[in-house]
Amino acid sequence: METIFYFRCFKGIVLREALRFIHQKERFFSALVRPLVWLGIFAAGFRSVLGVSIIPPYETYIPYEVYIAPGLIAMIQLFNGMQSSLSMVYDREMGSMKTMLVSPIPRWFLLISKLLAGVFVSIMQVYAFLLIASLWDIIPPISGYFTILPALIISGLMLGALGMFLSSAIKQLENFAGVMNFVIFPMFFASSALYPLWKIEETSYWLYYVCFYNPFTYSVELIRYSLYSQINIEYSIGIVIFTLIFLILSIIGYDPARGNLQKKGGKK
Amino acid sequence: MTPALQIKGVSHSFGDFTALSKVNLEIKPGDFTVLLGLNGAGKTTLYSLVTRLYNNVSGEINIFGYNVRENSTSALKHIGVVFQQPTLDLDLSVSENLDYHSSLHGISAAEAKVRIKDEIKRVDLEDKLNEKVRSLSGGQRRRVEIARALIHKPKLLLLDEPTVGLDIGSRQLILKHVKTLCKKNKLAVLWATHLIDEIDKGEKVVVINKGKILESGEVGAIIKKTKTKNIRESFNKLVGLK
Repeated sequence: METIFYFRCFKGIVLREALRFIHQKERFFSALVRPLVWLGIFAAGFRSVLGVSIIPPYETYIPYEVYIAPGLIAMIQLFNGMQSSLSMVYDREMGSMKTMLVSPIPRWFLLISKLLAGVFVSIMQVYAFLLIASLWDIIPPISGYFTILPALIISGLMLGALGMFLSSAIKQLENFAGVMNFVIFPMFFASSALYPLWKIEETSYWLYYVCFYNPFTYSVELIRYSLYSQINIEYSIGIVIFTLIFLILSIIGYDPARGNLQKKGGKK
Repeated sequence: MTPALQIKGVSHSFGDFTALSKVNLEIKPGDFTVLLGLNGAGKTTLYSLVTRLYNNVSGEINIFGYNVRENSTSALKHIGVVFQQPTLDLDLSVSENLDYHSSLHGISAAEAKVRIKDEIKRVDLEDKLNEKVRSLSGGQRRRVEIARALIHKPKLLLLDEPTVGLDIGSRQLILKHVKTLCKKNKLAVLWATHLIDEIDKGEKVVVINKGKILESGEVGAIIKKTKTKNIRESFNKLVGLK
């Protein structure tokens, strides 16, 4: 199959996701309200309770709002990744997923295109959030608005791939609600999104390790560094590894010969 | 002549339940074949295997000579599918849905525009192109799905109970449209149904029950073979209905 066919297919999948996003205005609104509630209420209440010392990439003492901003950006991507997977479970249950899966374009390409389409949507949400967050004096260096982009792509891919793998393993829409609770909340709270890892280490050593090996921490930290135009090799390598693992698992999950669809469809 | 669809010795199980057992089936280009069976007979499972939604691990499925397992890209290129469940995106317009399908088959935007216009005209829904699918009736949605299945010019059209839940008028319209396509364009069609009145004289019928093909052939031949008066009686006799 010619390369141009792949490009057209990719374009179509991204366009569809963008159209769905535009048509569902409440989705855009809720995606923005969620982190803004955290920023406006939670951060305001906790800024006096939690003191944050100088930690890289920051070069000075920072208000708590500035500290949690990268975590909230990653939260936007986490919710978007899970929501996009939720729509895959819905599409599969409702049948519209079949339209995509019977395309002659190889399935791995279709799934990665679908993932990238979700990442594209999440990036639009993040920039809208950054615009509003400037009202709270969360203003990174101008270069940060550009250097955050590759971090958002890789982080969005990782979280989307995790969601896609979960969606391949879930049979019914109802089950997905449980996964949302068991995946989103533990991932968010057991990470460096709301408090630095050294603070967690002071409290509990085992919790520190849970947070340290939590893939979401890698998203948060990659975004934190990139927002200040810096790169952290450890987190960058980590997130690439997590992305590859989740991608491979989700492609296997949707492979008719090996994946979870086959287990649901019939045994070998 | 290479068969449009060739199924040889295909079986499929869901756990301990055998959904299909050693199914053999062949459709030639230009054939209108009715896959007749009650609900749960195995029709949808067979469609899922042909379209590679499920993996066939026993037997062989070939589409115009291409094995769906070994050469799925070439095989799937020739198929147009109308699934039993509605598969249109309700929040998008008719044209957005059709554009999406075109892109999934690698068709350029300019070419897609021409093909969409042609196909939507054939199902008499030109005036609905910019309307949201949600606002269409059940019959109109089905016609859009048939138009969509034909945009990439497949040579084999698979329809899984496409008229279920529709009124008599919509049913007749869809049936007539597909049968015309079959005759005019030499399109091979596999039409799964449990509605016997959708079968006309001279057509090929495959009776499936509990995952097994019980009988296959031209309507008249099946009636003769089963020593009954009509295809309804033949079907009832074959599947053990009184």
